[in-house]
Amino acid sequence: MNTLKSLIVVLLLSAGTSFSISAQEVKPVVTHVSTANGVVWLLTVMVLILFFAALYVYRKVKQIKRFSDKSDQKTAQLKDYLNSMDARQIEAYLKFKKNKSENHGRQGISVLIWLAVTLGLSFFSNIVHAQGQGAQRSFWAEGGVIITLVLIAIPILAGVFIMIMKIGSLFKVYQNKQILEEAERLAAYLRESETGEIEELLLKRKKALDFTLSHQELSGDRLPEDSKGLLQQVNTNSVLPLVAAKKRAIKRPPIDPALSKLILWFIGTAAFWLIFGTTVGEYLGIKFVAPDADQFSWLSFGRLRPVHTNAVFWGWASLGMLGLGYYVVPRVSNVPLKSIKLGWYTLYLINITVVLGTICLMAGINNSGGEYREYIWPVMLLFGIGLLLTLINFIQTIASRTTKEIYISNWYIVAAVIFAIVIAIVAYVPVWQDGLGETIIQGYYMHQGVGMWFMLFTLGIVYYFLPQQLNKPIYSYSLGILAFWTQILFYTVIGTHHFVFSSIPWWLQTTAIVGSVGMVIPVAAGTTNFILTFKGGWYKLPSSYTLPFFLIGIIFYFTGSLQGTAEAFRSTNLIWHFTDFTVAHSHITMYGIICFFLWAGIYAVVPRLTGKEAPQITIGAHFWLALIGLLFYTIPLMYGSTLKGMMWMQGKPFIDSVVFMAPYWLWRAIGGSLMWLSHLFFVYNLYKMFTGSTTVDIREAAIEKLNQSYTSTESSL
Amino acid sequence: MEFFNNHTKLFTTAFLLFVGLTIFVCIIPALNNQTNNAPLPFAQPLSEEAIKGKAVFISNGCVACHTQQVRNVDMDKVWGERPSIAADYADNHRTDFWRNTATLMGTERTGPDLTNIGSRQPSKEWHLSHLFNPRIVVKESIMPAYPWMFEIKEKKEKGDVSVSVPEEYMNGEKGTVVAKAEALQLVAYIQALKQTKLPGDAPQPVFLYKKTGELTTDGKSAAPKELNGAMLYTNNCQSCHQQNGEGLKGAFPPLKGSKVVLDENPELLVDIIMNGYSGREKEGFGAMPAVGTNNRLKAEEIAAIMNHERTSWGNNAKKVTADQVQKLMDKVKVTAK
Repeated sequence: MNTLKSLIVVLLLSAGTSFSISAQEVKPVVTHVSTANGVVWLLTVMVLILFFAALYVYRKVKQIKRFSDKSDQKTAQLKDYLNSMDARQIEAYLKFKKNKSENHGRQGISVLIWLAVTLGLSFFSNIVHAQGQGAQRSFWAEGGVIITLVLIAIPILAGVFIMIMKIGSLFKVYQNKQILEEAERLAAYLRESETGEIEELLLKRKKALDFTLSHQELSGDRLPEDSKGLLQQVNTNSVLPLVAAKKRAIKRPPIDPALSKLILWFIGTAAFWLIFGTTVGEYLGIKFVAPDADQFSWLSFGRLRPVHTNAVFWGWASLGMLGLGYYVVPRVSNVPLKSIKLGWYTLYLINITVVLGTICLMAGINNSGGEYREYIWPVMLLFGIGLLLTLINFIQTIASRTTKEIYISNWYIVAAVIFAIVIAIVAYVPVWQDGLGETIIQGYYMHQGVGMWFMLFTLGIVYYFLPQQLNKPIYSYSLGILAFWTQILFYTVIGTHHFVFSSIPWWLQTTAIVGSVGMVIPVAAGTTNFILTFKGGWYKLPSSYTLPFFLIGIIFYFTGSLQGTAEAFRSTNLIWHFTDFTVAHSHITMYGIICFFLWAGIYAVVPRLTGKEAPQITIGAHFWLALIGLLFYTIPLMYGSTLKGMMWMQGKPFIDSVVFMAPYWLWRAIGGSLMWLSHLFFVYNLYKMFTGSTTVDIREAAIEKLNQSYTSTESSL
Repeated sequence: MEFFNNHTKLFTTAFLLFVGLTIFVCIIPALNNQTNNAPLPFAQPLSEEAIKGKAVFISNGCVACHTQQVRNVDMDKVWGERPSIAADYADNHRTDFWRNTATLMGTERTGPDLTNIGSRQPSKEWHLSHLFNPRIVVKESIMPAYPWMFEIKEKKEKGDVSVSVPEEYMNGEKGTVVAKAEALQLVAYIQALKQTKLPGDAPQPVFLYKKTGELTTDGKSAAPKELNGAMLYTNNCQSCHQQNGEGLKGAFPPLKGSKVVLDENPELLVDIIMNGYSGREKEGFGAMPAVGTNNRLKAEEIAAIMNHERTSWGNNAKKVTADQVQKLMDKVKVTAK
């Protein structure tokens, strides 16, 4: 026993040291972060294996101990065995007793063996259970270090495994001995009992075991009747379902048809730009694999890339957000929207912006290359005016609210619109744009555009729709407020982290990096808030088709945002800057967070406006294709570009890194295709929600018929 | 809280906080940078042709893949002699009434950095072929082709600049490929992209995160081990002479079986590498830039490249030593003057 204990200590110690070694290894080897990551992973897995091994051994030891303690108690224990006998065993015993009176003691030994097997089985199942946890293996293998470590680890793990097997078999021998002894005692007890007491006890027990329900305990004899109308959509025709049936949207009080129409147009045009923008994006992804796919100037990579980004930014995401915003802002203010007309102007202006901007970019007219700032100012001005009209509209609506509080959604949404206007002005006013001034503004602009416009607005939408879909209040209002102010404080300063190591001032780069770390606060606060809002409502997840979109959005909100923090460090910038890692990151955030939240909101709101729902199977297809596509898109790209960055650091020829990326670009194109396909499903769903199902409801039709015949008889009279 | 229930106060506060931070981390630094930086004394302003070329560069969105910034980290050494500094960008002003300033620093390096491309690859012939279809000169390239900057004429006219294009890239068309004005302007811009020397007394910016151990272009940091000639060849020579050493018909002469490369006396080869060569222009081959001088190659690096050339693709000449090359470098420098 002592040796076993010391063994455990040794195992735990070795696990601990391997951990600390790995921690030390990571620091100095900056150039091999990815490999170091692999090392950490591998060591973690090894430590886990060792930990489970130690745990297993510890359990065995305890079992042995318990067994030897038990041997003192006698008859009380034996009576327990009687109680745990099943019907078959009891029958066998009674038969034995009957036989015994005729044929004394012949079957003693067979009973003994049989009992031993029964008892042993229960222990065996224990062993199997514990062993199942031993085998875990990391698939994260890369580089010579990892291979070497694996090679070293294999014999060690094999040794540990063999040792455990040895201990296990030793234990089994000991245990069988114990069981046999125990069985002997039980058999003796049963054999020797002469009174009918035991038999009576067992007969009673047998009767209890044979008891079955009559299946009418709860219902009684009366026929079922739903007198309160609680049951809806009862399906008497049950077949094996292809997909899980989700809850249907709850009918809500009707919304002003004029507002409904506006919102639907926002969402509809947004969907158009989603399809357009991602078709272009998909084509760009293909161009990485087939650069000579076409040779037209209007379709060349450099011109189409901004077409893609701007169309999905200002077309899809902005219009989608605004559409949902036009629903949320008046709703939480508990008043009608101030001016539906201004809303239409915004819709026109933004759509015109994207149309004109796209044409300009394809014709080779752009604003000199700053990302997301490619639309020239006369075009972007229309967008700015559109936002200004929306801002006026929103603020006037909120000013006339009948609630005392301004619900947190409106904080986020209105602030986002204000900030977007500020950002656009700062980015387009030509006073501070000479030389490096342009770059500093660019860093600020591109990141504020993402964080202060898209993220802030979308968070506002989530603060409304998530609690509403879960049918419970947001977990903490204070966390939402904390996230709001810290987001402004930290996010505003992080723009220049896109230009780390460039010639912009070093202090400004450092400020940006510090701000990026500060972003942990709003992100953690927001995520916590959302996840805890789910608390007690998790059971709704499988039966809802909007909540999965929210959940994925929340998960990517956490991982994507913190990935941004990790990318901002100088050490990681060395590897990842300028590579496709940035592209993967921007898709995790803009797609994983923004798009998933927008879809969640759209699937929640459109059925309320139109009263029609999309087929659940195509919503499911949309969800899964988008999610799997995104993972296929981003993971290979991140992996490949990490290695690409390391090749650059090693001074390998540039063209080698291009050749190296080819398979990862192919994966990106595949993932992109899945994402694109999911958008087709989305548009189909939207179409279904707009125009309604073509299947006629029998009941509705019947009532319609009745009414018709009634009116016709009325008129004939 | 009362404050939070007043929309004017709430949104004004958020607005002011945001604008305040914006002024401090964005507008003031931007203004500071534009007023406190002037172009370097030796900086060459872009020629008229190059300015037009820059416009072509902008309108085709080249910045999507090409950066123009040498970061102050060791890995960026391959793109320039020194890290870029703010003064390098100081001469960028608003493009015109419609368009913003174009510093073109870029955020993605899907293609090579272009800060110093004018020194690294000054050959006009190369750039024109490359623009017509990058895969003519770099098989593995994924850069788009820009055929609309060229026209195919039956016969080259006076003043036309013809481009050497192998038949498989002609898409079945017959004739001579001639560069349009925009292609020539773009090449003029690319050729003008050179890092300006810092004035002697100015503090020299340094590259951070120096590598220890292996080395690529910096001869100082390693023990005198054999350099990787193949890699140096890829970085400095391959884009014209190709990986297989066969060059490109009608544009860049082959090194495989070349008399100059295989010559017992390596002097001419060193001379060509250090000073460039235009001796075969009559045959249709482009002029070779002074790659060795432009890229500041060291004697041992040149020796490694030469040995790679002299012993690859079936070439079989005697290897040269760094000392030998050093001597010849000194010699050809004198004759060049």
